[in-house]
Amino acid sequence: MSEYKGVAVYCEAKNDKILPIAAEGLGIGRKLAESLGQELAAVIIGDKALAQQAIAAGADKAYVIEDAQLKEYQPDAYISALEKAIKQIQPQIVILGQTDSGRELVTRLAYRLNTAATLDCVDLAIDTGTKRLLQTKPVYGGNAQAVIITETDPQIVTIRTKAFAALTPDASRKGEVVSIPAGLDSSIIKAKIVNRVVEEVAGIKLEDARVVVAGGRGIGSADGFKQLDEMAKLLKGAVGASRPACDNNWISDTAQVGLTGKIIAPEVYIAVAISGSSQHMSGCSGAKTIVAVNKDKEANIFRHARYGVVGDWKKVLPAFVQKLKEL
Amino acid sequence: MNIIVCVKQVIDPEAPPASFKIDAATNKAEMKGAAPVIDPYGEYAVEAALKLKEARGGKITILTLGVNLLREVVKKPLAMGADELILLEDEIFTSGDNGSIANALALAIKKKGEYDLILCGREASDTNAGQTGPAIAELLGIPCIILARKIEPIDDKIKVERVNSLGYDVIESPLPAVVTVSNEVGQPRYPTIKGIMAAKKIEPIIWKAGDIGYETGISNKTKLQKLFQPVHEAKCEFAAGETPEEMAVNLALKLREAKIV
Ligand SMILES: Cc1cc2nc3c(=O)[nH]c(=O)nc-3n(C[C@H](O)[C@H](O)[C@H](O)COP(=O)(O)OP(=O)(O)OC[C@H]3O[C@@H](n4cnc5c(N)ncnc54)[C@H](O)[C@@H]3O)c2cc1C
Repeated sequence: MSEYKGVAVYCEAKNDKILPIAAEGLGIGRKLAESLGQELAAVIIGDKALAQQAIAAGADKAYVIEDAQLKEYQPDAYISALEKAIKQIQPQIVILGQTDSGRELVTRLAYRLNTAATLDCVDLAIDTGTKRLLQTKPVYGGNAQAVIITETDPQIVTIRTKAFAALTPDASRKGEVVSIPAGLDSSIIKAKIVNRVVEEVAGIKLEDARVVVAGGRGIGSADGFKQLDEMAKLLKGAVGASRPACDNNWISDTAQVGLTGKIIAPEVYIAVAISGSSQHMSGCSGAKTIVAVNKDKEANIFRHARYGVVGDWKKVLPAFVQKLKEL
Repeated sequence: MNIIVCVKQVIDPEAPPASFKIDAATNKAEMKGAAPVIDPYGEYAVEAALKLKEARGGKITILTLGVNLLREVVKKPLAMGADELILLEDEIFTSGDNGSIANALALAIKKKGEYDLILCGREASDTNAGQTGPAIAELLGIPCIILARKIEPIDDKIKVERVNSLGYDVIESPLPAVVTVSNEVGQPRYPTIKGIMAAKKIEPIIWKAGDIGYETGISNKTKLQKLFQPVHEAKCEFAAGETPEEMAVNLALKLREAKIV
């Protein structure tokens, strides 16, 4: 195992910028590399211009895989490209984001490298004795957390969004940029993305909103969600939902908050007629203040909320909105 | 179309969080007072298989790995309309890491032979890993598509709509392939009385390690070091009032005062 050294972070990018989660990966990657006394590498697919962004965010070195075939995202091609890069870099630890593509690439990448992956980590640290990576991830829908160790190298993980802090970018940081030829054969693409459909609603994005008004099964209808939408507009926020509300088509699937939906950390999360299942709370427990409206005093949501009203939302919401307008 | 669906028995993930307990000595979790269930996302995978069977005909084989499998639980996919149930019921399969489980499933799929499509849930409600489907695909050397909301066969290929955070991707893949299924595929159907009666008559096939050639299947690449319940301490301040309207007004005042909204 000794030939593996250093920490590598796969830096996903969009519109010529590395994603915030890539910077978060470099942030924790920097810490891990320092406690191992080793280097931090960034792995970039696409444009050399991204290398300096990764270096500014903490990388000592940036490996860039450039290939015309990688211009558009195709999982099969990206897995092969990353496999090649990781075999060349030989890092001890590989970090990806738990994003649409990260969760798709990571397990198959781990199999190609004859090792194992741990997904959706919320804490990472080096064991002082063994020097192995302690990987903490939520399990049982957030009811519990597991600390997992990978015995083989590289130790591969994905990280949950907003679970780790990025460093303040330092544009003056210097680092080496290494180009890796992908050498891809187009026949490796078996499952092929032929179209991408964007469904997300206009307005403030759920992930970026300061205030989120979210509705659950107790809202009962698409009309009910219109009321939440009005309240969200008043508060300059966005509307979120629990899974049953999305499954019932009262609101778009892209509004789902939770373990299998979006993970958000707004300033204020107003949960209306949501019971507060562990899976739902996985997506919003990072909110600074949770406010809950529920007719059941025993609902689990009140164990997470800072402020609460026990009552029927149909009576509570209009009066609440009216008062806010007056204030 | 021959479809194999991998689905397991789990502790009820939708039981109230307050009934969740961990036995620190064994690192095992339980839901006090709640019976085990079929893993919810596995049930969505069964639903996806049934939709395909309705459209195209074919046979659905359920593959369930575990110990202490309750027959009334693991037979639910049969009651929903699946044709056959294979139980991988041998303690050795669960004595290693999650890779060991993928190995056993892949070996069982190879033994079963004829298959066009392998379906799994997008992630199990206990491990929340989402790794079994992709792992099986790698072990069998076939394509993998995750998070399906719609699966449509076209000639000898499939077209899959794959959920992402902005909408969905349309993906085409040759068969055989592994597809993991998300809840957007549609609510799993309830078993009918007829289905339940039919399921009663189907005897599960049981395969042990020796039946699938599992000698080198155990994997120990990862180790669970600790399982714990995170503590969160929020103290909820309830808005006072005689009526919901009064409470609402008090909540608005309180939130404004604290500069929260
Ligand atoms: C692996 C897995 C992943 C999952 N991922 C997610 C996820 O990402 N996001 C998610 O949300 N769920 C997820 N779930 C589902 C989750 O377990 C719960 O089933 C779901 O969150 C419940 O949604 P809810 O709170 O809206 O509904 P319920 O639990 O039915 O709660 C409805 C609440 O509304 C209240 N209510 C009803 N009427 C009124 C009224 N008139 N006024 C006030 N209150 C009222 C009730 O008291 C109740 O508390 C997942 C489940 C599994 C197994």
